Amino acid sequence: MTGDPTSPQDIRLGDAARGFVGKIRRLDALQTGSGSSLSAQELEQRLVEMGFVEGARVEILHEGAIRRDPIAVRVDSATIALRRSEAMAVIVE
Amino acid sequence: MTTAPLRLALVGAPNTGKTTLFNSLTGSRQKVANYPGVTVERKSGSFVTPDGHSVTVLDLPGTYSLRGRSPDEEITRDIVLGRFPGEAVPDLVLCVADATNLRLTLRLVLELKRVGRPMMLVLNMIDIAKRRGVTIDLDRLSQELGLPIVTSVAVRKGGIDELLRRTDEFLSRADETATGNQWTAPTIGDLKAAQREADRIIAASVTLPAKPDTLTARIDAVVLHPIGGLAILALILFVMFQAVFSWAQPAMEFLSDSFSVLGQLIRDVLPEGLLQSFLQNGVISGVGSVIVFLPQIIIIFLFILLLEDFGYMARAAFLMDRIMGGAGLHGRAFIPLLSSFACAIPGIMATRVIDNRRDRLTTILIAPLMTCSARIPVYTLIISAFVPAKTLWGWVNLQGLVMFGLYAAGITSALTVSAIAKFFLWRDHAPAPFMLELPDYKLPRLRSIAIGVFTRARMFLYRAGTTILSMMVLIWFLASFPTAPAGAEGPAINYSFAAMIGHALEPLLAPIGFNWQIAVALIPGMAAREVAVAALGTVYSIEGGKEAADQIGQVLAQKWGLATALSLLVWYIFAPQCASTLAVIRRETGSAKWMVFTFVYMLALAYVASLLTFNLARALGIS
Repeated sequence: MTGDPTSPQDIRLGDAARGFVGKIRRLDALQTGSGSSLSAQELEQRLVEMGFVEGARVEILHEGAIRRDPIAVRVDSATIALRRSEAMAVIVE
Repeated sequence: MTTAPLRLALVGAPNTGKTTLFNSLTGSRQKVANYPGVTVERKSGSFVTPDGHSVTVLDLPGTYSLRGRSPDEEITRDIVLGRFPGEAVPDLVLCVADATNLRLTLRLVLELKRVGRPMMLVLNMIDIAKRRGVTIDLDRLSQELGLPIVTSVAVRKGGIDELLRRTDEFLSRADETATGNQWTAPTIGDLKAAQREADRIIAASVTLPAKPDTLTARIDAVVLHPIGGLAILALILFVMFQAVFSWAQPAMEFLSDSFSVLGQLIRDVLPEGLLQSFLQNGVISGVGSVIVFLPQIIIIFLFILLLEDFGYMARAAFLMDRIMGGAGLHGRAFIPLLSSFACAIPGIMATRVIDNRRDRLTTILIAPLMTCSARIPVYTLIISAFVPAKTLWGWVNLQGLVMFGLYAAGITSALTVSAIAKFFLWRDHAPAPFMLELPDYKLPRLRSIAIGVFTRARMFLYRAGTTILSMMVLIWFLASFPTAPAGAEGPAINYSFAAMIGHALEPLLAPIGFNWQIAVALIPGMAAREVAVAALGTVYSIEGGKEAADQIGQVLAQKWGLATALSLLVWYIFAPQCASTLAVIRRETGSAKWMVFTFVYMLALAYVASLLTFNLARALGIS
């Protein structure tokens, strides 16, 4: 893991395809600028409450039929369904 | 030792088997009500420990933290903190955790500890965890958390013995006192720190198997497939509808016949007069016409609870979220709306699965637009009287096509109203996020399901006995008073308040093609939609009997123009012609405001739609 927060390998979970396996680097709801309606802080809090914390292993298991949305993500020992717009706040590698 | 019952509160994340544990503890000694002023369900119950202490249990809404993101979660927080007016602070907090998935609950446990109430951690579903090879070092976990831990198998007989024993132990210890409350709303930094601490504790005390559970993954590979998953969902719904309409049929006919027999008995035993009419037409046929829906309600809730317990409901929401989202509806609104095709009452009751208040209200507002089974008798009567049984293009039955059109109109209008409500009512509010856990599949436990179905059925019957009964009595009164003068001609209803209202409404209803007889029939039709059919029979003085429906159809075909018939059909798609539904909306939203709103908007919609239909039909030369 590199300490550089703007590493070019940064991927947003909301952009990742089905089958993606990675590790959460950090949460960044401020720059998502996308469809999610929650305030950046609230979105980050909710993500943490669902287990999206730094270092957790994530895997995209399933995606919906329309525009491949929402997605079902395995986060360590639980499976969480969320919309891609909200998953944009999760930076993975 | 005190004689007052111990107050126990169950707290836990969703899907931890909290409700199953609650059902095991209390059995059928449960009470479901609403917290004052909010639409959140308050589930309480009681039990007696082996040592003979009585305990009351409160099943608090599931939550991932005490932050209180929704009205439900605020209630959990306020009760645990002892801030909720009218609710005493619990003596003992039981935090329920799914032993197979401790991660999210342990963070909640760490947060709850700061509240300082006496607390016990219940590791539920320990049997499943063991079977999967998850080993938990209970002593280590207990030591790390600084809390007593109990394991339980809420679904099995004897699985909660240890919990009962430990509750007795707790009662016999006098020294267990609450420490000071140190809880403050956690910041994101606190949440992350707590999650890291929880992960550390899990790493120290839990050994996960080398191979994780694959059954859930294998089922999901099929059930959540983008295309196959939707096909399976459609299949499940098809079976559910078949069940609702065909399995319930014998039971419904039995109930309906029983009420007729009971009415006949009253008619035979009592002398003709007001009391006879009141009991037969007001109470028995009125309440009977609502209670006949009990089998459908039981079957719908049986399906809903089975699917929920199995873990499928979250998947259905996942599959439908994007599709429903176009109309501003939440994925979870899907099942309640579907249930509304049988009857809006269980549909509205089922909206309790939607956490967000605005999403839930929107769903409640549009649920009555779904074509419920009580409209079918009215549709059938008018269609068979006015629409020729022609076959179009060699295979399409014209009558069936009209019926399909009425259903489609209901669905389309519901989605449109939802989109409009989203735009006008909730424009300033952000839509709720869709973020939910997909729990591992579990075999549903029949006892817990049975208790759930029983509780719903009891709520429905209670309402039929109170609100609905009083509505029926009012409608009977309007249709029976004043009584016909001696030697009067025609049916007695023509002299009643209902007829007066009908005549008074006639000028208002004339633009949409309704005569006063229709207006009169619509009044008892407020009791239940299909009662309008019988009422039309009464107004046109057709005596009952099995052939009555055919006769009514023939009479209507002579007396009404096609434009009027079409107008009435359209009226029935939209009109708030059901007092029970309105009563349920009032109850579920906790205020008369939304009931009035629903009534007014549906009435306006019905009037405008009928006006357009009637005038369009006449302009096209159909009359």
